[in-house]
Amino acid sequence: MATKTRKPTAVEKKLIGIADVVVDAAQRRRDPTFAIPVRALSNVTFNARKGLIEMGKRKQVRSFFNVAMAKRFMQTVLVADALCELQRADLTTSLREIYYRTKHTIKSSHENTFDAQDESDPLIEDLEVTLEALREELHVRAENRGSVVGPLLLADDGDQVNCARLGKGGYSVPSIVEPEYVQIRRCTADFVLLVEKGTQWNRLSEDKFWRRYNCVLLTGNGQPPRGVRRLARRLHEEYGLPVYVLVDNDPWGYYTYSVIKQGSINLAFESQRMAIPKAKFIGLSSADPEAYGLPRNVGIKLNDKDIARARELLSYTWFAKKPWQEEIKRMLASGLKYELDALANKDFQYLTKRYLPRKLKEKDWLD
Amino acid sequence: MPSKTNARSRASKRAAKRKAAAAPKGGAPLKRAAPLKRLAPSKRAAPPKAAAPPNGAAAPKPPVTKPVPTVSAVEMGARQREISVSEFFTKNRHLLGFDNPRKALLTCVKEAVDNALDACEEAGILPDVVIKVEVAANGEAAPPASQATRFRITVTDNGPGIVRQQIPPIFAKLLYGSKFHRLRQSRGQQGIGISAAGMYGQLTTGKPVVIVSRTSPRAPAHYFEVQIDTKKNEPRILEKKQIAWEAPRGTQVTLEVEGRYQKGRASVDEYVEQTIIANPHVKLTYLPPEGESKAYRRTFEQLPASPREIKPHPYGIELGMLLKMLQDTTHHTLSGFLSADFSRVSPNVADGICKSAGLSPRARPRDVHGQAAESLYKAIQATKIMAPPTNCLSPIGEPAILSGLYQQIKGEFYTAVSRPPAVYRGNPFIIEAGLAYGRGPEQAPPAQAKKAVPLAEGESHDGDDELARVIRYANRVPLLYQPSACAITKAALDTTWRHYGIAQSRGALPAGPMVVFVHMASVWVPFTSESKEAIADYDEIHKEINLALRECGRRLGAFLRRRERAHSEFRRRNIFALYIEEVVESCNRLKGGRLPTTKLKEQLQRMALKLTGGDKTDQLVGKNGSGPEGLPNSIIVTPEGVEGALPAGVPEKA
Repeated sequence: MATKTRKPTAVEKKLIGIADVVVDAAQRRRDPTFAIPVRALSNVTFNARKGLIEMGKRKQVRSFFNVAMAKRFMQTVLVADALCELQRADLTTSLREIYYRTKHTIKSSHENTFDAQDESDPLIEDLEVTLEALREELHVRAENRGSVVGPLLLADDGDQVNCARLGKGGYSVPSIVEPEYVQIRRCTADFVLLVEKGTQWNRLSEDKFWRRYNCVLLTGNGQPPRGVRRLARRLHEEYGLPVYVLVDNDPWGYYTYSVIKQGSINLAFESQRMAIPKAKFIGLSSADPEAYGLPRNVGIKLNDKDIARARELLSYTWFAKKPWQEEIKRMLASGLKYELDALANKDFQYLTKRYLPRKLKEKDWLD
Repeated sequence: MPSKTNARSRASKRAAKRKAAAAPKGGAPLKRAAPLKRLAPSKRAAPPKAAAPPNGAAAPKPPVTKPVPTVSAVEMGARQREISVSEFFTKNRHLLGFDNPRKALLTCVKEAVDNALDACEEAGILPDVVIKVEVAANGEAAPPASQATRFRITVTDNGPGIVRQQIPPIFAKLLYGSKFHRLRQSRGQQGIGISAAGMYGQLTTGKPVVIVSRTSPRAPAHYFEVQIDTKKNEPRILEKKQIAWEAPRGTQVTLEVEGRYQKGRASVDEYVEQTIIANPHVKLTYLPPEGESKAYRRTFEQLPASPREIKPHPYGIELGMLLKMLQDTTHHTLSGFLSADFSRVSPNVADGICKSAGLSPRARPRDVHGQAAESLYKAIQATKIMAPPTNCLSPIGEPAILSGLYQQIKGEFYTAVSRPPAVYRGNPFIIEAGLAYGRGPEQAPPAQAKKAVPLAEGESHDGDDELARVIRYANRVPLLYQPSACAITKAALDTTWRHYGIAQSRGALPAGPMVVFVHMASVWVPFTSESKEAIADYDEIHKEINLALRECGRRLGAFLRRRERAHSEFRRRNIFALYIEEVVESCNRLKGGRLPTTKLKEQLQRMALKLTGGDKTDQLVGKNGSGPEGLPNSIIVTPEGVEGALPAGVPEKA
């Protein structure tokens, strides 16, 4: 094993605790059991005061001597073992690598420990919530999916990164942006604009929108990954920058915004570190097509899935505010959704030259 | 023939309509199309030639200036003449199952074999049939069977033989036979089959049908070469003589036809195999055009009970038929006619029918026509009449089906169900179903050997995505074409197999290594066409098939559950043993290799043993010797042996 002199980290200790559960139970002739917080809508509450989704107290039991759970129990211990190995070697890795690392054929059988990655991914989330350790602390990273440009000076692995001098491609946001890995040296921007779509971020970056309006442009190419959310949160927290979110006008866009603002249901416990309760929804609003004269024919008909999802959103407590209910109901009433790209119908640079400037001037956003 | 003229003018009207509809598509304004449409009906009276000028409909104006050449009724009458059945079928041979060479070859074999089996069974002889399909070389070197286009089919049976004077009409006259005019369960129904096969041969190769038949060892064997005169639908004898023949009794038919020999689905080989499943009392030798000949032993030494002929049931009759029967009857009173010419009509019931129809029971049947016949018909439908007798049916029987499936299909579980007789449109019928499930113990070991390699992502253990095969029979004849049009397939599709532990996706057949066998026995099987490929989907039939399949499914479900139970107990024990190792190793690594692993392992193993019940589980997993789980008419095959009553005379497979 790793160096004996090194002191185990807090996370490592927590992981070793998994082994202790098994050893203690065996000694007391009890069924080894983990209590894992339930990661579902039924076990989250919206804390209106803090503006965050918080995880409830309900836990599910995973015990070894239960035919239905035995395999998952065994897999959980295997994943814990792999994560502990990462801690000791001080490496970071991806979800997929963990899957490969823990996959092998069980001795004297033809059964694999894991058959597919979707068996190991939820176990990592289980361990995150059970051990109350962030994924970054477990040294598991996601893809580098996300870019940033703007008047921002970062230090990454000792390299200076000036996000104002990175052309229109910008800096690719790493999956882990904790202060130990990435330091923010200077930021002179006035606000952060988080764009859902990479294509529209490209438009803004190409038009140097950030220079004229002095902002940091961020994108996560869809549902923003943890690195992007965490970076936005740090800019918001450490530099007091307001965060505006620009998404498509559809239920999925609304949800993307809500994840940025108050955290996701699945990993509600991370809201504390990730959520930006003061983030504002700048567009595309269901009122915009009328306000900005978007023709009806650039809309897309809501399909059954969209409608079902929108109805679900209406029932979430964090969308209970009246303006939001109106916003969603207006979309349902029109029966249409609009992509950000649809703004190009008016002009290729409509987003940069007309839409955002007017939005910012009129302070036309939802909270 | 007014009806024919009508048909023709209807066709021309359709053509006009088509053109009218096509016009706007072609870019012509809609306004123009509308008057054309309205014009069409008025043209009905005009002769067909004028009604549809070639491409004329696209012209903007109807041709008024040109004088329309008229045809007088006399001229038309000169053109109208009778069409012989043979001529009709020459042109419409697809109706009889000769639409493509591959299917034609099968149809020819099928018709000859059906006739042979019907004859043997009616005469009470256990059938012994030889089917020989060979490539007809025609003087040149014979091409390989897969390339050949001409085949000689010879079917020989040990049946009663045919008397000399009947040979030509049976084989060379359409709609001639013994089976059409009676209600009796048999393979053939119309008397078209074999003569149509002969006609097809004559049409494609020019060769006559060759028949050798002998009625007893003392009688001479007659040799005939016959062709059909398609104009008159009469046999033409090319040659007849007495010859020496080795067989003491029987018939041999030789046809030379254009065809294509291809193995696989709906092939002659498949037909032979399926025939054997439903007819285990037949000894059959099959000599295919290539490859080894196959001899199928007789595995069921009992001839099926000879079906009895019955009178039609009043509910199954239509007005026209009733009128004809009224004219043809030999009885002098209406009540006598009703009670004698129909089944299940007693003199009492007959009087009741007459009374409610307002007719005298003593009326002469010939005098009942028009309005009177119609009210008689209505009265019959309104009267409660007992269901037709069902002793006229001869089902295969559960033991024989079981035996047939067991012999021909490899599996782990077999079951068979015979439904009680039921009635559709006055025709009695019986549905029988059978099921063979699994890959058979012989095939299991290689599957396990394959599993020895750990699986990669996306690989699955076994190809369980294969769908069940439905084999369909009507009066013991396998149906190989048009599965989707058949009531049997439809019923198999809408049976909820998931209730019995078998996967089934929406609107599909159940998935799994399974053969579903369904047989319909009836005095009159309602086929969807003359080529007898699919059974019409009557509600009564559909329901009976459903019920039979559900019973099969229930038994299969019971078998699967039992197997699953034993399997899961076994797994339960293994799971913990397997995983303990993994868990202990991981914990040891987590603890930095400082764990007393053997001690931890022992502790966990002791708990596992206690939880899975130790010796008690052994009893559960082991056989308790109760046979196939109390399932009637079922066979379960395990690597250790066969459970369940094998029908007498069926040898256990090695």
